[in-house]
Amino acid sequence: MMLSCKQVTRLISQGEDRKLAFGERVALRLHFAICQGCRNVNAQLHFLRTAVKRLSEYG
Amino acid sequence: MGAQETVSSPPTPKMPADFRTQVESLRPYLLRYATLQLRDPASAEDAVQEALLAALTAEASFAGRSNLRTWLTGILKHKIVDAIRKASREVPLRGDEGDAEIGEFDALFNDNGHWQERPPAWDNPDGALQQKQFFAALEECLRGLPERTARAFMMREHLGLETGEICKELGVTPTHCWVLLYRARMALRLCLEANWFRK
Repeated sequence: MMLSCKQVTRLISQGEDRKLAFGERVALRLHFAICQGCRNVNAQLHFLRTAVKRLSEYG
Repeated sequence: MGAQETVSSPPTPKMPADFRTQVESLRPYLLRYATLQLRDPASAEDAVQEALLAALTAEASFAGRSNLRTWLTGILKHKIVDAIRKASREVPLRGDEGDAEIGEFDALFNDNGHWQERPPAWDNPDGALQQKQFFAALEECLRGLPERTARAFMMREHLGLETGEICKELGVTPTHCWVLLYRARMALRLCLEANWFRK
């Protein structure tokens, strides 16, 4: 299964909310191996989660 | 209520005046926190009021644990979840936003679904987490989200609710729930990139 970057961004987001199927995880890995842009977005969405969790610690 | 009381005459002998004062001093922070998530000043005010009341009657259970703000924020989170549940029962939310709206990010991709412009890596995100101004920028980005999108996102990421529950509270289908969360994340990513990481 070859994913487009658009599909990958949706899977990255869903991966934060549900356990991805084995096939989906494999497809993501394959895509990340060849796509720097999606690797960046993946890291950024993880970062966003951390940042929002810490929102109440400052202020 | 209680406006006439002075700090030197607490309602119960077990409550030291300074605890009450400390709790009160955190009210502005708590109000800002609640408003960000509830998007409604009146409900936010209610939630904070209830949290403060609960805190003042539960001082014994605080007794030296964690820090006061963390403890109060924890109480407030529960009140916020209660408020969201109550609101979703009272006013049925419209399920009018279709999945088509996910198309708002189509411009980022070409016809084959690949990036028009490859998203750049962010410079020193860990450093951003040490800066108060970064969190102010994040708050500003959150405020810019459509109301329901923001609520779904905060329920998921900040309050840690499962998507099943979020769909139920917001009265939307599971698919629409994914859409709201996807939209929030993509929009916040772009907002932070524009307002923080490219500055």
